[in-house]
Amino acid sequence: MLTKNLKAFLAAALLILPLTTLQAHEGESYPHAGNDPYNKASLQRGARNVMNYCSGCHSAKFVRYNRVAQDLGIPEAELKANLMFTSEKTADTIRTAMSPDDARAWFGNVPPDLSLIARSRGTDHVYAFLNSFYLDPTRPTGVNNTVLPGTAMPAVLSDLQGVQTAVFKSEEGAAPEFVKFELLRKGTMSPEQYQEFVRDTVNFLEYMAEPVQTTRRDLGIWVILFLLVFTSFAYLLYKEFWRDVH
Amino acid sequence: MAIENSGNAQGRGLRAWINARFPLDTMLKEHVTEYYAPKNFNLWYVFGVLSLVVLVNQLVTGIFLTMSYKPSAADAFASVEYIMRDVDWGWLIRYMHSTGASAFFIVVYLHMFRALMYGSYRAPRELLWIFGMLIYLALMAEAFMGYLLPWGNMSYWGAQVIVSLFGTIPVIGDSLAEWIKGDYFISDITLNRFFSLHVIAIPLILVFLVVAHILALHEVGSNNPDGIEIKKHKDARGIPLDGVAFHPYYTVKDLFALGIFLVAFCAVIFFAPTFGGLFLESPNFDPANPMQTPPHIAPVWYFTPFYAMLRAVPSFLGTQVWGVLVMFGAIALLFFLPWLDRSPVKSIRYKGPITKAALALLAVSFVVLGYCGMRPPQGIYPLLARIFTGVYFAFFLLMPWWSRLDSTKPVPDRVTSHAH
Amino acid sequence: MSEEVDQGRRRLLTTATALTGAVGAVFVATPFLASWKPSARAKAMGAPVEIDVSKLEPGAMLKVEWRGKPVWVVRRTPAMLKQLESAVPYLLDPNSDGSVQPSYAKNDARALKPEYLVMLGVCTHLGCSPLAKFDAGDVTVSADWPGGFYCPCHGSKYDLSGRVFKGAPAPSNMTVPPYSFLSDGKILVGADGAASA
Repeated sequence: MLTKNLKAFLAAALLILPLTTLQAHEGESYPHAGNDPYNKASLQRGARNVMNYCSGCHSAKFVRYNRVAQDLGIPEAELKANLMFTSEKTADTIRTAMSPDDARAWFGNVPPDLSLIARSRGTDHVYAFLNSFYLDPTRPTGVNNTVLPGTAMPAVLSDLQGVQTAVFKSEEGAAPEFVKFELLRKGTMSPEQYQEFVRDTVNFLEYMAEPVQTTRRDLGIWVILFLLVFTSFAYLLYKEFWRDVH
Repeated sequence: MAIENSGNAQGRGLRAWINARFPLDTMLKEHVTEYYAPKNFNLWYVFGVLSLVVLVNQLVTGIFLTMSYKPSAADAFASVEYIMRDVDWGWLIRYMHSTGASAFFIVVYLHMFRALMYGSYRAPRELLWIFGMLIYLALMAEAFMGYLLPWGNMSYWGAQVIVSLFGTIPVIGDSLAEWIKGDYFISDITLNRFFSLHVIAIPLILVFLVVAHILALHEVGSNNPDGIEIKKHKDARGIPLDGVAFHPYYTVKDLFALGIFLVAFCAVIFFAPTFGGLFLESPNFDPANPMQTPPHIAPVWYFTPFYAMLRAVPSFLGTQVWGVLVMFGAIALLFFLPWLDRSPVKSIRYKGPITKAALALLAVSFVVLGYCGMRPPQGIYPLLARIFTGVYFAFFLLMPWWSRLDSTKPVPDRVTSHAH
Repeated sequence: MSEEVDQGRRRLLTTATALTGAVGAVFVATPFLASWKPSARAKAMGAPVEIDVSKLEPGAMLKVEWRGKPVWVVRRTPAMLKQLESAVPYLLDPNSDGSVQPSYAKNDARALKPEYLVMLGVCTHLGCSPLAKFDAGDVTVSADWPGGFYCPCHGSKYDLSGRVFKGAPAPSNMTVPPYSFLSDGKILVGADGAASA
């Protein structure tokens, strides 16, 4: 009887299992960013990157400075000196100096808040996005992006990455297909350095989207261990009582 | 100290005082310590008690979420982030609630499938089944309303699509949709009323229905995997020969099952709370934006089988309402199950190959339809959805015939069970 | 069939499971109870408040809000500080033994720097906000009024350091919050600082 039920259960599990391959983001597959949420040094560099290169236009209105300092191990003096530009109070949330009206006037769009961007678009998507700006004279900013065609965002990292062009393959009657990027002008960083820069940045964005991630995972191990102990006792108790039943 | 004891009061002291004024021990005996359940319950029988545990989880975590959540279009999204970041342990309470919602449907679907396999909906348990179906309906309403509350972009557009379904009903549709929304579009007003329904109205209905469900069960006694009535063979004291007292035998067994369930439940909460976008969908990490639809609207996974059926039915005579009718019909059919099954035998164990194939097909249809409902209506999915909607309906509509046609095996007098 | 029930083993297993379950229950209850503690937002909103007193005239009072309560800063003149002495016979607790204040405010002036009184403007009786009655001999209070604060709700009287009078319904001197001077003209209310008088 048990094996029969177990078979049915396994059959059900096998039916359900394909569902878990469903990606969080429809129709996308991006190269894996490979960032490590446990790497505090990377997160600190990422915080510096985001504050210096992104917070000029993007807010992160659900993220408090003092929480960042606490989670990343940054002393208050350094927090205030290096990471806080629009506020004096460490308990404040990250606001941008650019007003929404100015943003609309200059870019046509309000730059989205970054608090949850890594969760709504996916870490890998953002990683790919920051790698995919290319020269496009038809755009008002002079650049376009293969991950988000028609983006209003300028290539703010082009000093570091360099400027690249995109090579498309045009076939008869079909839409042009992206082939590869080509580096037109070198930036201040080598490709490896730039990848690390983007990885750190995306690591911090992922942290901002869910600051409690590492705590959650660490706690989870203890919870599961405890539950296994409890379940073992419960199993022995169950078997003991059911010896009465024949 | 002399305690006044009237006739039936049991126990001593405080217990006797209570029993003289409230049927405490009577109820405990009737429903727990002297409720005799069949001794051959298997794994499939665990999902009822797990449903109860998940219900309690939703109620308690829901109460605590409501302490910090703000039910207004302006504040809702931010209040959820407040819970996730600023409220001590708010993140855990939120994940317990969101995972619990999906867990609820997993255990309920398995619970219902058990009933299908063993004929637990058959006489004298028809009303039990109907209460269960009403619980299922209430649960779907509860989940739907709850999903609007975070006011994410999927919340908004999901609600938009589902309320529009009511708009397809001829003549009254538009007024009905407007009446549901309380406004001309899904707005702050809609959010506030869905909040009230989700937090108070439907939970009250759910709790009442669950109590009724359990009372109906206890009135006739539990079914079992062999589908035989254990009350037919009792001993000298009137206790079913194949029964065991619920407490302690099933309390300890359920405790063990609970442990296993909690391992899976907590594994999701702590290691995969979004479950690949199935339990917490990515577009919902964007605030509701009436100007921008997510690239791909799909309901949460537990509604997708019905969503697939809805989309499978084409527009006809200028109205989409047929898909809506098919979708609601799929659920309505379930209510009639006790009367559609004409087999002389209750449990699949004593039925023939037709039933086994039919049930397997039903399960496969439900899962495939669910998968179709998650995907955009392109490629082979529309065809698959149509085929399996047909299979699903055929299962029920043809049941009076195939259930009678099928071969049966002789049903034993006493339950068959393996040594524990 | 003829196995004896090992009651000892049953008791042991039941106890073990029950104890583990109880521990588990405590583990589960903890986050729910802890969620009631002030959140990060509450702590942010209740953060120390900076008050600019550089423009405060001698003898004048300003009010700010901190953690939902009124905080008074009175820039006391030398005359007002002298009035403190004449109030002593009326006082219930002239040494502030029974009231709430930081250690540096346990003195006659109840302040870090006697010139500036920093105090929560809340009557210790039932929470009303008393009125400022700084003038000695102010007959709207009484003929022998030494100057201070008067609570209109139930008639509690306090001197110019917020020390309560005998016979008043209020049981203790008004509370002094933690504070510090960031500079001569700036007071930070809500936090003790490195800067003391």
